[in-house]
Amino acid sequence: MNWTWLHKFASPPHAYRLAGRLAPWFGWPAFVLIVVGLYGGFVLAPPDYQQGEGFRILYVHAPSAWMSMFVYATMSVAAAIGLVWRIKLAHAVAAASAPIGAWFTFAALATGSLWGKPMWGTWWVWDARLTSELILLFLYLGYMALRASIDDRDRADRASAVLALVGVVNLPIIHYSVYWWNTLHQGATISKIGKPSITGDMLWPLLTMLLAFTLYYGAVMLVRLRAEILRRERDASWLREELKP
Amino acid sequence: MSLAEFLAMGGYGIYVWPSLGLVVFALVWNVLAARRLHATARAEALRRLAAGGRP
Repeated sequence: MNWTWLHKFASPPHAYRLAGRLAPWFGWPAFVLIVVGLYGGFVLAPPDYQQGEGFRILYVHAPSAWMSMFVYATMSVAAAIGLVWRIKLAHAVAAASAPIGAWFTFAALATGSLWGKPMWGTWWVWDARLTSELILLFLYLGYMALRASIDDRDRADRASAVLALVGVVNLPIIHYSVYWWNTLHQGATISKIGKPSITGDMLWPLLTMLLAFTLYYGAVMLVRLRAEILRRERDASWLREELKP
Repeated sequence: MSLAEFLAMGGYGIYVWPSLGLVVFALVWNVLAARRLHATARAEALRRLAAGGRP
């Protein structure tokens, strides 16, 4: 099989331009869907029969939690591609993803805490779901700290990629924690098998937010990727042409 | 439903609104931070080019 297309695709000038062209196509739909999803979730959806209006935290908590794991999965796939095929662009994608994932993880933990207080009676409990999500935050922060501490970019790429891959074991633990251990955390609202456990009025804003956050991550990651490419390629000749005023 | 009722969120307002505010803040901040990062990297690259490709 001919792999030249892959190398062209992953070449810094091509990736830089493509990322710049694609970012708005992720960003604007994400913006519209976030507005629609929030309106649907906070205004249109009926109150929950057990949690009343308090359940609306779901519409920011669940998408944040979903992104905390989706970004980590993307980051570790990129890290693996970087390690195996030595594609520097893949390492750049992983590096560009980490701060976004860390923010979503923090948001999931904080909104979870704000939801836990009225519903469970506590801000925090050291159970499996919450603890494994906190470990995810530390994995992101560790990944970023490790990159920042190594001056040589190739070594930073490889070392941080190994850390990202070791941390992948945490993802299934987070996902299945609510089934494997006793926990205060409720089970999944949407699952691949079986019908969702909420009504359509409540479901569509949630699905909209999940899609919106995924697109949002694409947009922000592509902008960060462009910055990452510029810093890696700062002495390359294509930059002269590209940045010509 | 009145605006006051909506804002009260059935008594859960003090939990619901900070959650929304925090996530919206995170969304906006991440966009601004990414754009600033790119602008800084671009300015730095242009400065190096102006200096003849060497720092």
